[in-house]
Amino acid sequence: MTGYLYHTDEDRSAMLAAIGAASVQEIIDAQVPADVQLRRPLAIAAGMDEITLESLLRRLAAKNASAASHVCFLGGGAYDHFIPAAVDEIAGRGEYYTSYTPYQAEVSQGNLQVMFEYETLVTQLTGLEVSNASLYDGGSAAVEAVLMALAADPKRTKVVTSSGLHPQYRESLATYLQNIDAACEVVETSATGTSEQMIEQIDASTACVLIQHPNFFGRLEDVKQIAAAAHAAGALVIQVFDPVSVGLLKRPGDLGADIAVAEGQSLGNPLAYGGPYLGIIACREKLIRRMPGRIAGQTSDRRGKRCWVLTLQTREQHIRRDKATSNICSNQALLALRATVHLSLLGPQGLRETAEHCVRKTHYAREQFRSSERFEIVLDGPVFKEFVVRDREGAVEELMEHALSQGMLAGVPLGTWYPELHDCFLVAVTEKRTRDEIDQLVQVLSSAFVAV
Amino acid sequence: MRNKQATQLIFELSRPGRRAATLPPVDLPVAEVAELLPADQLAGAPPPLPELTEGEVVRHFVNLSTLNMSVDTHFYPLGSCTMKYNPKRNERLASLPGLAAVHPLQSDNSVQGLLQLLYELQEMLAEISGLPAVSLQPAAGAHGELAALMVAAAYFRQRGEQRTVVLTADSAHGTNPASAAMVGYETRTVKSRADGLVDVEDLRAKMDDRVAVFMLTNPNTLGLFDSQIREITSLVHERGGLIYLDGANMNAILGIARPGDFGADLMHYNPHKTFSGPHGGGGPGAGPICVRDFLAPFLPRPVVVRDGDSYRLENENGDSIGRVRSFFGNVGVLVRAYCYIRTYGGAGLRQVSEDAVLGANYLLSRVKHILDVPHGDRCMHEFVASASRLKKEKGISAMDLAKRVLDYGFHAPTVYFPLVVNEAVMVEPTETESKETLDAFAEALFRITEEAPELLQDAPHSTRISRPDDVTASRRPIIRWQPE
Repeated sequence: MTGYLYHTDEDRSAMLAAIGAASVQEIIDAQVPADVQLRRPLAIAAGMDEITLESLLRRLAAKNASAASHVCFLGGGAYDHFIPAAVDEIAGRGEYYTSYTPYQAEVSQGNLQVMFEYETLVTQLTGLEVSNASLYDGGSAAVEAVLMALAADPKRTKVVTSSGLHPQYRESLATYLQNIDAACEVVETSATGTSEQMIEQIDASTACVLIQHPNFFGRLEDVKQIAAAAHAAGALVIQVFDPVSVGLLKRPGDLGADIAVAEGQSLGNPLAYGGPYLGIIACREKLIRRMPGRIAGQTSDRRGKRCWVLTLQTREQHIRRDKATSNICSNQALLALRATVHLSLLGPQGLRETAEHCVRKTHYAREQFRSSERFEIVLDGPVFKEFVVRDREGAVEELMEHALSQGMLAGVPLGTWYPELHDCFLVAVTEKRTRDEIDQLVQVLSSAFVAV
Repeated sequence: MRNKQATQLIFELSRPGRRAATLPPVDLPVAEVAELLPADQLAGAPPPLPELTEGEVVRHFVNLSTLNMSVDTHFYPLGSCTMKYNPKRNERLASLPGLAAVHPLQSDNSVQGLLQLLYELQEMLAEISGLPAVSLQPAAGAHGELAALMVAAAYFRQRGEQRTVVLTADSAHGTNPASAAMVGYETRTVKSRADGLVDVEDLRAKMDDRVAVFMLTNPNTLGLFDSQIREITSLVHERGGLIYLDGANMNAILGIARPGDFGADLMHYNPHKTFSGPHGGGGPGAGPICVRDFLAPFLPRPVVVRDGDSYRLENENGDSIGRVRSFFGNVGVLVRAYCYIRTYGGAGLRQVSEDAVLGANYLLSRVKHILDVPHGDRCMHEFVASASRLKKEKGISAMDLAKRVLDYGFHAPTVYFPLVVNEAVMVEPTETESKETLDAFAEALFRITEEAPELLQDAPHSTRISRPDDVTASRRPIIRWQPE
């Protein structure tokens, strides 16, 4: 039989003899009522050896386009940033990826120290004082941040955000808010950002404002102005940020955010069709007891040696059950390890240069699109690493298909989420893209003959 | 030989001016950043990240890895966690560029191979559970619980039923009541009987028209399959409630019994347990959920559907609760689960569970001569012993025992869970441990109980650190490094 089974027939006999049972079926029959037992084999194809399995998976993988086979200009919350070999090498160590949550601190110091280092790096990226050890992804991190704000003052039930927030984050938030006493006000974004419109919505019932900067369209927002208005009304400020952007841009904490969340995929994690990713969350000291998920802290052992443990666990579900700050148990530790290694490799200069590449290449690409007669730039203004293009011929899906056939993942069509942008697509440019690739993208799309 | 530098923090190893990553020159006719972005948006300096060479970074993290126990290096009999062998082929296959480098917003027709894989996984999970409708979106078991309770809430909302209570067993994982609270439910606890099974009379007393869902773990956290399962599920169904199955213990019943057949209406899987996706030091997991037909319309969207020979994401589902996260799900974990299930096949999966049950009962047959096992002679995939008597007679707690186990070169069992057993010691050997390993573990437990209590109370003695001060860590939290 294929698989990873251990016992020889001789082992099985000896084990059953020690148990005092004639068969495993007898042990099962003693517990599982006969009328709920499955009396047929599972209808799943017979197992397979490693050679056959690998061949099957390679066939399935070959049917997909990817950032490895195509030049990738897709963004919208997941990006084709470079992943150094050392990240894969370290995360590929079984001592990391086959270990469990570090509840037994004595035999988990490696994982715990990595968590502590990760948390420190996140505070450095955000300019805030407290980070947890990770959440699932950027979207659920945004939701958890809102739940923190709602819990901080139960009388405040209003959440203000904008259409510049990632549409899937908005949808996730709406899902969670369906069952609790809170409502979300979504203002429309414009070419100048969303700060004015958001500020108008802030009132005494507002628990928090949730602002993405740079926003979903790549545009920079005026977080400082929003934060001032929110704080004046006693509301908290949650910023969704891009961890690469803070190589150049002011950090959430420096802009006045009380909670910062991000998708950490950009920090050394593969695209993997959307997951597993890394939910980053950080907050100010005053909110520490409301932070969801695991936190590693420093302490000393009985011999006085510095060491690391999981701490402040009375916030968590395994201790507090229905009174916990969140239900999260499994997190994204391995992705947090990858981010930790990645940031250690980048260092301050590497992060700054990566951000500079994004900004300059993105602006270059945008100017190339602007100079093509076919295209128009919408939601114009300063951007970080993506921007919105309108196809005057209104054939976005066809254009993207054409680009695919030319070896390019050209952009993300926006019509699904924004009916008014049905003829627009989002183009993202990371440090990996070259001038030739950008020129080719614009050339391929400008010259495409597409019957509409 | 231990590398002493390794336990310095990466920040303490940093020296200004060192670097690992270099980027190509920006060969573009565009202005400098300062001319492209408004000055008031720009930071004066980048964040104060550590500065090291690549070699230093690698040595640091490789050395840190050696301070962990892991399944690759040690027996990990951690009850409730199913720490089975993590096949290397699954790691290689999940990292194939045609899977790992796929962007989540690519068009359906550019990801047909991946959608086929995910569709087939939905079908296989439905077959194993006996529940036909599947969402692969939740990111972990607890996230699956949450999504499924939202599905239940949406179902009752559509029926116009005001049900405000979720029942959980007193032996349940903490995530059950925590998830219920996040969906706005009041939670009430159903007691276990002395033999560890659900107290049906208590359930009957608490089961009224306000109860939406009874969250059940079966086999339960004591490793016992509840023989009253039919009575329990009918009792809840008769009052219009739904049964949620916490699938944490599916490793015991693959191909043996299906939740859909014993009355569950909704459930989640933990593929990182049952289907060997590694635990990653605490994650990532995944938490796919399966539900009955009448609950299918409420599942998170999108799900993968098949049209003839092609596959697509179905988003047009008006009754759906919506998304519970961004993008499709924890695909990398799901690919590993797919590889695992395809490797074993239907008959092989049953053998997995039979061997898990065999291993646990064998270890139980040895441990019951060393520690009290309050809930009988038989178990499914795990069992819970108690150190109560040791504590009374020798002052040795479950924690002392667990810490001393580390000195013998095994990971500790789970202790103090479930809450219904005093000084609980919860052991789950899994099917991927040999008889020799189980014998050696039982032998170690026996020797430990014969040792001087003082030796145990100070244990572990062989690890780099011992008995960290949790109280100080919590009272005066130091949760980041700061320059002095």
